[in-house]
Amino acid sequence: MNQPLTAPLDLFFDYQRSTGPTIGAFVTGLRDGRLLGARIGDGRVLVPPPEYDPATGVPIDDFVEVGPAGTVLSYSWQDEPQPEHPLDTPFAWALVQLDGADTPLLHVLQGDRDELEVGLRVVPRWADERAGRITDLVFVPERRLSSSKPSSDPEHPSSTSQPGSDPERPLSPSTPSSAEAEPVSLINTPIALSIEHSASAQESEYLRGLARGELIGARVGPGSPVYIPPRGASPTDGVPTEEFVQVADTGTVTTFCIVNVPFLGQQITPPYVSAYVLLDGADIAIQHLILECPADEVRMGMRVQAKWRPESEWGHTLRNIEYFRPTGEPDADYETYRHHL
Amino acid sequence: MTDIAVVGFAHAPHTPATDGTTNGVEMLVPCFQDLYAGLGITKSDIGFWCSGSSDYLAGRAFSFIAAIDAIGAVPPINESHVEMDAAWALYEAWVKLVTGEVDTALVYGFGKASAGRLDRTLGLQTDPYLVAPLGVADSNLAALQARLGLAAGRWTERDLAEVAARARRAALATPDAQIAEDVDAEELLTRPVVADPLREHDCPPITDGAAAIVLAAGDRARELCDRPAWITGIEHRIDSAHLTGRDWLAMPSLTTAAERALGGDPTLDAAYLHTPYSHQELLARAAIGLAEDVPVNPDGGPLTGNPMFSGGLERIGRAARRVFDGAERVLAHAGQGPLLQQNLVAVLEGSPR
Repeated sequence: MNQPLTAPLDLFFDYQRSTGPTIGAFVTGLRDGRLLGARIGDGRVLVPPPEYDPATGVPIDDFVEVGPAGTVLSYSWQDEPQPEHPLDTPFAWALVQLDGADTPLLHVLQGDRDELEVGLRVVPRWADERAGRITDLVFVPERRLSSSKPSSDPEHPSSTSQPGSDPERPLSPSTPSSAEAEPVSLINTPIALSIEHSASAQESEYLRGLARGELIGARVGPGSPVYIPPRGASPTDGVPTEEFVQVADTGTVTTFCIVNVPFLGQQITPPYVSAYVLLDGADIAIQHLILECPADEVRMGMRVQAKWRPESEWGHTLRNIEYFRPTGEPDADYETYRHHL
Repeated sequence: MTDIAVVGFAHAPHTPATDGTTNGVEMLVPCFQDLYAGLGITKSDIGFWCSGSSDYLAGRAFSFIAAIDAIGAVPPINESHVEMDAAWALYEAWVKLVTGEVDTALVYGFGKASAGRLDRTLGLQTDPYLVAPLGVADSNLAALQARLGLAAGRWTERDLAEVAARARRAALATPDAQIAEDVDAEELLTRPVVADPLREHDCPPITDGAAAIVLAAGDRARELCDRPAWITGIEHRIDSAHLTGRDWLAMPSLTTAAERALGGDPTLDAAYLHTPYSHQELLARAAIGLAEDVPVNPDGGPLTGNPMFSGGLERIGRAARRVFDGAERVLAHAGQGPLLQQNLVAVLEGSPR
C-alpha cells in the first residue's frame, strides 16, 4: 500500500470571553494603566486577582493596586520569538513580583540578555492603545529609565502600539485612568493550531481513487459490509478492513433534509437537498447534494447518479462529484435499503 | 472494598513520528490484539472501556470517537472518555469496578504529538484570559520553574544533568526507548541550552504513542493473571488553577495524593514518575517523600520517551509489569496540566490488602 496522504490543517478560533467581575477589574485596570491584585483570606495579595480564594473558595473582591515596579524572581531567555509572542525581537519570559504583591505575575521582559538576573528591578511599559488585555504592557529594566534621556524626539512619536517597540518611550500610561470609561466586560482571545493531518492508509486509497474518478470502499473480506469511505477497522469487531472494493456512482437516497437556513460559506441558494446516498455496492451511505430537481420532489428510495465535475478540476476530494441528480429509474424498494438507514 | 488489579499492559513503540492518523487507531489495534492474546480473552469479555486523549492534539473535535473503531463497538459497548491522560481514565474505570457493575475494564490512551507544535499546544492549557494570550509554551514555564529552583538553591545545573544522565543510561536496558545513551552529567553539561536554563536532555522528547491496560476485580483478576498487580491505593488531586498563585517549588496535590495512596507505608521497590522535565523529577521525589534508595523510573522514564495522554497510564502499566515479575510494592505517578497541576498516584502490590 502507498504512503498515507497528508495535508496541513490550520485552525483558528477567535474566542470572545466575558470577563466577569474579577478578571474584568484586572483588565479594566490594564486598559487604564494600573495593575491590580487582590487580598485573599490568608492576607496575601495575589496578582492577577483570583476569582476565588485558592484555599477556601470564597469569592474575592478586596482589590489592591500593586506595582508598577517589581522584582524578577525568575526568567528564561527567548532567542527566537514566534508569531504568537507579544514581541518580535528576542525577549525574556519572567516571573515579576510587583511591589505590594506576594506572588509573581507571568509576563515578558524586554531587555538585554546580559543584564538579566534574579532580583532585577523592572517597570511596565504600556502600549499607547490599550484594550484591556494582558499584552497591553511589557516589562523593562527600571535602571534603563534612570539612565535614558527623558524624550528622544517629540516630533516623531512612536507610531506603533506595540508596548515594547520604543525603549525611549515614557513609561507612564499615555491616557490617565478614566472613571467614566465603561469597564472591560469582553475580551477576544484568538487561538490557533497548525496540524499536519494524516489520512489513514485506507482513507488514502479512497482519496487516490477519487482523484482517478473512482469510488473505493473497503471490507474485512468477501461477504462482509463495504464501508465508504473505508475505515481502518470494522466498527463491529475492530478487525482491519484490508480488501478494497470499487462501488458504483449510482445509488439510492436513504434519507434527506431540505436546507432552508442560510449560513456562512454556503455555496448554493436555499432551499436545496442534502441527502444520504447509498451507493450501489456499498453498505453505508455517504452524504451529498441532490440537485437538478425541485427540493420537494426528493424522496426516500429515489435513484440518483453522480454528476462529476470536469476531470481537469479533480483532486483528492469528494468535491470531484458536484452533486447527485435523479436517474429517472423507478424508486428502490424500501426493503433494499431499510438496513442502511 | 473490592480488590482490583492491573492484569495486562501493552503499549505502542515510542516513536518521534508515526505516519498514522491522529485518532490513534493504528497504534491502538496492536495494543488490543496483544492484550487479548496475552490474557486469552476477546472484546466481549470487557465490561467497561475508558480512554484518554485530546482534541487539541488531533486538531479535530470528538477525535476519540474514531479511535472506537479500534475496539469494534457493535453491539454497543459501555464506554467513556476523559480529555486527560488515560491514567485518569484508569481512575474512572477503577471507580466503575468498585461499584461492582462490571468485573473487567480496558483503559487506553493515545496521542500523535508530532502532528502539531506540541510545546505550543500544551501552552494552551493555561488560563485563556491572562496567560495563554502571551503565547507561552510548556517549556517556557518549565524553564522559569527550573531557574526558580536554581535561585532558591533547591538544585544545581549539575543535579539536573545527573537526573538526565541516569535516565538515559537506564533506558539502555529498555528495548523500546526512544532515547538511550551511555553518558555522564559532565558530558551533558557541555551541550547547548534550548530553553534557558534547560538543555535538551532536561526536556522530554516529542513522542507519538499509545498504551492500554486491562483491570479486573477479585477472582476474575486471579483467573486472568498469575500475579495480578493489586491497586492498594489510588488517589488524585489538583492544585489551584491560579498559575502564579501556586508555589512552583512544591506540589501539594502530589503530596496529598501520595499520602493517601501509600497509606502511611513508605516501603517501595521502585517508583515510576510522570515528570517530563529533569527538575520535576526532583520536585516529585520531594513531594512524595521518596526514600533515597527507591529507584525512580528504572525504564528511563519520560525524559527518554514522553507519549501524550498515554504517558501516565504507561507509568502505571510499567509499575504493574514490575509486580507481574515479582516486585512486592511499586508506586506509579501520573501528572498533567501546566507544571503538573494535577497529580495521580497509584500503589500496586503483589497481594491485596
